[in-house]
Amino acid sequence: MRTRILGARVIDPNSGLDQVSDLFIEGGVITAIGDAPANFSAEHNLDANGLVAAPGLVDLNVALREPGYSRKGSIATETLAAAAGGVTSLCCPPFTKPVLDTPAVAEMILDRAREAGHTKVFPIGALSKGLEGEQLAELVALRDAGCVAFSNGLDCFRNSRTLRRAMEYAATFDLTVIFHSQDHDLAEGGLAHEGARASFLGLPGIPETAETVALARNLLLVEQTGVRAHFSQLTSARGAQLIAEAQARGLKVTADVALYQLILTDEALQGFSSLYHVQPPLRTATDRDGLRQAVKAGTIQAICSHHQPHEADAKLAPFGATEPGISSVQLLLPLAMTLVQDGLIDLPTLLQRLTIGPATALRLPAGTLAVGQAADILLFDPQGSTLAGETWFSKGSNSPFIGHCLPSAVRYTMVDGHTCYQA
Amino acid sequence: MNLPDPAQLLPEMASALISHLNKRQISTPRFIGIRTGGVWVAQALLETLGNEEPLGILDVSFYRDDFTQNGLHPQVQPSELPFEIEGQHIVLIDDVLMSGRTIRAAMNELFDYGRPASISLVSLLDLDARDLPIRPDVVGATLSLPGEQRVKLSGPTPLTLELQTLTN
Amino acid sequence: MTPTEAKRPLQLNDQGQLRHFLSLDDLPRELLTEILDTADSFLEVGARAVKKVPLLRGKTVCNVFFENSTRTRTTFELAAQRLSADVITLNVSTSSTSKGESLFDTLRNLEAMAADMFVVRHGDSGAAHFIAEHVCPDVAIINGGDGRHSHPTQGMLDMLTIRRHKGSFENLSVAIVGDILHSRVARSNMIALKTLGCPDIRVIAPKTLLPVGIEQFGVTTYSNMDAGLKDVDVVIMLRLQRERMQGGLLPSEGEFYRLFGLTEQRLKLAKPDALVMHPGPINRGVEIESAVADGPQSVILNQVTYGIAIRMAVLSMAMSGQNTQRQLNQESEEQN
Repeated sequence: MRTRILGARVIDPNSGLDQVSDLFIEGGVITAIGDAPANFSAEHNLDANGLVAAPGLVDLNVALREPGYSRKGSIATETLAAAAGGVTSLCCPPFTKPVLDTPAVAEMILDRAREAGHTKVFPIGALSKGLEGEQLAELVALRDAGCVAFSNGLDCFRNSRTLRRAMEYAATFDLTVIFHSQDHDLAEGGLAHEGARASFLGLPGIPETAETVALARNLLLVEQTGVRAHFSQLTSARGAQLIAEAQARGLKVTADVALYQLILTDEALQGFSSLYHVQPPLRTATDRDGLRQAVKAGTIQAICSHHQPHEADAKLAPFGATEPGISSVQLLLPLAMTLVQDGLIDLPTLLQRLTIGPATALRLPAGTLAVGQAADILLFDPQGSTLAGETWFSKGSNSPFIGHCLPSAVRYTMVDGHTCYQA
Repeated sequence: MNLPDPAQLLPEMASALISHLNKRQISTPRFIGIRTGGVWVAQALLETLGNEEPLGILDVSFYRDDFTQNGLHPQVQPSELPFEIEGQHIVLIDDVLMSGRTIRAAMNELFDYGRPASISLVSLLDLDARDLPIRPDVVGATLSLPGEQRVKLSGPTPLTLELQTLTN
Repeated sequence: MTPTEAKRPLQLNDQGQLRHFLSLDDLPRELLTEILDTADSFLEVGARAVKKVPLLRGKTVCNVFFENSTRTRTTFELAAQRLSADVITLNVSTSSTSKGESLFDTLRNLEAMAADMFVVRHGDSGAAHFIAEHVCPDVAIINGGDGRHSHPTQGMLDMLTIRRHKGSFENLSVAIVGDILHSRVARSNMIALKTLGCPDIRVIAPKTLLPVGIEQFGVTTYSNMDAGLKDVDVVIMLRLQRERMQGGLLPSEGEFYRLFGLTEQRLKLAKPDALVMHPGPINRGVEIESAVADGPQSVILNQVTYGIAIRMAVLSMAMSGQNTQRQLNQESEEQN
């Protein structure tokens, strides 16, 4: 199908392009930006006056809950929610049942994602078998089955020697390891950031050092083993500072942050709403500001949803008995636009952190809008607004933002030139 | 409607009370006022009688039968009974007798302290609107009011009565 | 962007009266004073031949205890009975892994039995809030202790004890000693004292037993018991659980007693008429010397008596506020 997108403000953070242009798509690929290619006759014209055309968003952490947790979500529902949030490529973490530690699970996820046809899906494999942190998973076989990186999630390796070996093995094959840095013992039993708010509420705390101690260890082991490393879900200003220091001394590590960590703080826990129960926890306003500055400076080059949908029952209990996580992918663009609204960063910079930033962190074939590239395109109205929750595709409605009016509105999400979501 | 001046009712009430007690051959009555208006009336009455006996104070908030409708009175205070109830002749004093429910509550409360030999009831006004078979033994004045009107006593000095009209 | 806008405080009705009693966090001073005043009246009831008033006749109060307790449970039972309510007590085990679900289902079932009020004790901080907000908002919920968060009736009975012995809070120095970290009693006391205007609240404990950021409660921390006790009017000792010796919080009971135990000798540092309080049950020789616990300055047993009056006050006030809210809701429905 040949499509012409007319009159959009085209922003490609990768090339620095930012101008009102027409876009021409043929065979799922962008064939021209600006003037039409010779003999181009559009089968489909899309008037995009007043809209922004950007590369489809790339989200490095969207829990699809399939296989194994069909009450919480499915590949079909969660990828549709992602498309509605402006996402065209996403990575799914290995916490499935069975765990994503065999090629069969990866293949099954990829098949289902293709069937659903909403977004491109790039699985993240388990670094250790069963995520138990003891025996390595078959990393190369998993890579060959389509896994783009490997992670053990918050279940970190208790044994530093085993972790070091896992990193060396991954380095041997130039595989990327993703770290969710949280020291098991320092965090054990904790429910909230250790500080005045948690003390006031009587919630057991997770100290900042749970993150920084693990982060420091991981950074030193990365330096020693030379493994390609990405640090995910930073929560503290001090943690972001450790990453910046490592980058300054030449260590090529990348980092991401959950979007909600740039917006919420532990003050939200007043009243014990389980919607704010997340792991790692919401921290202080100082931490949030530090993370925001790290996003602005580029120390943190990717903003992700860290989408974790849950069934209603999972949140219907006293705070400590609920499951952590926010269903967040469907609001990725509008919620992120609050950062522009707040004057933290300009629109091209925000889009950089949502597209080419995350794509390069995990070397994904995504995140650009250029001639010859796949037509994974997001069209949105920057002046529009989104009433969060008015439409909702995720199986999990566990979002504290539902009911809020957020800036901008996603109009079209295209994957390989096909409209996979239209508002 | 003209409301009576309590000060002018008191001497007559005092002599009515004396003859009531004499008739019943009660020589050492115990006086108890119901918080708040009844306590004022009781104090004024004791003064008129020249009686310096200690006055008991009853707060019936915990015994009211309208808890479900009206809830707990926000300024409930302890009852103060500086004498035994058991076997005593009680003179219970209130300001305005209407439905009789306050007196019912007060009698219930008294019986939780002990078994009195007798209870006599004194009321400044009787509005003749009783829901319960409770009549005063001594009364200052009897009035009939339209349904939406109530009488309020202010005090303790001077004691004054005013009419209030219910608004809803 | 801010999280969900502030709603009416969960534990108050539209007229600002108590309808649940969950914590002392956001209650105004006037309300705390009203609770103390009402409890004073109920104390008088407790001194009568017949210790019972008909206030809650026909109402059903259900004590649901997910954690063991003797004193709190029995004083709540007694309080409800003295108000002429019918009382059921359930000890619910939390051993099942799905305790959240069982909590939800247990209470829904009890609500279906037409209970008018729940007294809940639960090991999770925020459990009472959860029940009041999500399970049975139309039943008055009284928090009998939730995790480390709050034990508001204990907090108020401690305030009643202090007020009855010291008159007011304005010029007092109060020391709270021991395991502050795990103590919901300490949290409730700190908040109540601050709300009622106590100018000098001290907490005395080693750093391992102090919550991070506790200064923001408006208290001063001491790690030296002698310095902390100097000239105080009230000493509140907390119970030290045996399991605190594990995990590196404390080396031994002996060392704790040596450093933070309340002995006759140490008590002399406080004002001569200082009160000694303890929420119970006490560990003699672990946090407090027997001679002090049983001594002339100890009001530990008075606390138990006052506890019944406080619970009577809170039960009747919350039931009253819940009734009023129901009527307000009906009226606004009729208008619509």
